Amino acid sequence: MTRPTDLTLRGALDALAARDLSAEELTRAHLDAIEALNPRLNAYVAVTGERALERARASDARRARGEALGPLDGAPLGIKDLFCTEGVRTTAGSRILGSFVPPYESTVTANLLRDGAVFLGKTNMDEFAMGSSNTTSALGPVENPWNRRNDPDARLVPGGSSGGSAAAVAARLALGATATDTGGSIRQPAAFCGIAGIKPTYGRCSRWGVVAFASSLDQAGPVARTVEDCAILLRSMSGFDPKDSTSADVPVPDFAAACGRSVKGLRIGVPKEYRLDGMPAEIEALWRQGLDWLRDAGAETVEISLPHTKYALPTYYIVAPAEASSNLARYDGVRYGLRVEERNGDLKDLYERTRAAGFGAEVKRRVMIGTYVLSAGYYDAYYLKAQKVRALIKRDFDEVFAPNGAAKVDAIVTPATPSAAFGMDEKQDDPVTMYLNDVFTVTANLAGLPGISVPAGLDAQGLPLGLQVIGRAFDEETVFAVGAALERAAAFDALPAVMAK
Amino acid sequence: MSLDADTVRRVASLARIRMEPAELARMEAELNGILGWVEQLQAVPTEGVEPMAGGGAVSLRLREDAVTDGGKPDAVLANAPDREGAYFGVPKVVE
Repeated sequence: MTRPTDLTLRGALDALAARDLSAEELTRAHLDAIEALNPRLNAYVAVTGERALERARASDARRARGEALGPLDGAPLGIKDLFCTEGVRTTAGSRILGSFVPPYESTVTANLLRDGAVFLGKTNMDEFAMGSSNTTSALGPVENPWNRRNDPDARLVPGGSSGGSAAAVAARLALGATATDTGGSIRQPAAFCGIAGIKPTYGRCSRWGVVAFASSLDQAGPVARTVEDCAILLRSMSGFDPKDSTSADVPVPDFAAACGRSVKGLRIGVPKEYRLDGMPAEIEALWRQGLDWLRDAGAETVEISLPHTKYALPTYYIVAPAEASSNLARYDGVRYGLRVEERNGDLKDLYERTRAAGFGAEVKRRVMIGTYVLSAGYYDAYYLKAQKVRALIKRDFDEVFAPNGAAKVDAIVTPATPSAAFGMDEKQDDPVTMYLNDVFTVTANLAGLPGISVPAGLDAQGLPLGLQVIGRAFDEETVFAVGAALERAAAFDALPAVMAK
Repeated sequence: MSLDADTVRRVASLARIRMEPAELARMEAELNGILGWVEQLQAVPTEGVEPMAGGGAVSLRLREDAVTDGGKPDAVLANAPDREGAYFGVPKVVE
């Protein structure tokens, strides 16, 4: 029989429903795998084994009575440590949250619990979700379970910021995991770890109870080993929430059903601005291959232009730090988290010492940039300017997606990342070099659009590469249909070097 | 635009992050690197463009002006580094 940890989420749910497998066995298999591999990978920062087994046994009891709680009953998942979990320490990858234990459950994780999910633990991440390599975590870096063929000893990054979630799912330490994406933090680590991950439309998943980074860009979404598994998870995570003022009051479709839709007749946009100078030839080749696969499945591909693409990253690095500097002002050493005592009874000194000790280097940089671009005299030149360019980036997408426009595309297909996973010691010297990782993903955040990353091939070193599908706002169904078509054609079955055995 | 040491010190103070001189110097170089790179936005014509503030197309809704939560002082104070009765403890700020 297949090892329980090798099942897809869909396969595991079917086995649970058929009572071929108990939730307790399934959970125990994952906890054993975590025990064996987490000391090396550091994908989990906390494992909640007792709780998980308790919930798994309750799930088995429900299934024995023939009354499953919901579509995820008994499914063991990892939870990114950015989601507040009631009674379970939440760090956001930062020292400044100290021993913070949320007295409430985030809406997204509450939705998963409502549907019967079992939480294995909290997954590692870049501090406050700021990073593309998971090396900014205060709880140590995560190792990518994949290795280079000709240099198997080099430790590679899993991508970020949801590096722990992606590594855990790739190494079979969870069937799926929650993640969040502000500039690419779901799609880039999914691509680096050879799994699928979707950032849904802004407003699809509630942000309530998710530690805030940049509120106009942050979106939760799932990572999993198949496109369909992402669809199953996203359906449970989504839904209107009055507690998030930007939550969209729109129906949640059956995303998994959309994975089986034909792509015949769909118009797939191919943005010429995504063809970067110096892009590795194998990424360009994989992109062309992906478009061939879609044409073979009956889709039509059309070259489009998104002229403001090259301004997306600089726009992001004004907007996101500005929002972060405001959101992170709450960490003052007074109400929760770390506190470093002041000298001479000075409250400002308490704030400054607490924040100096609590924030890591990347977070400090972004808070500083944000503070500067919002300060008197610079607001118009930087922040307001960036908001205007952001509007133009969104307008580029609106025009190609418009039903009465010239391009009339249904989805856009691009590479997910400009490179495969890199070494833990690479790209660490210059912040801007690290920022370039998100060149293909950040546009969807700025425009609020859904984007999925699908594993589509290997580079010459045997490392996974992903393709990205971007869709219209609230049309994740087309994104899933195109993503699943790519997945079927790619038939990606390579496995990481480090995984549960 | 390039930041000088005084401006970096002022921004650190606004951001309430204590920085030693060596860290300020490193931050000055890094911030100038990042700001030099975002400078390219100045080349984009944006006259008459409405700035995009939120993340979605949906307009913000209003809810009834009513109390929907509260009455949980213990939960609110549970994570306080310094709790004094039903209050957060801070250094004395008013003489």
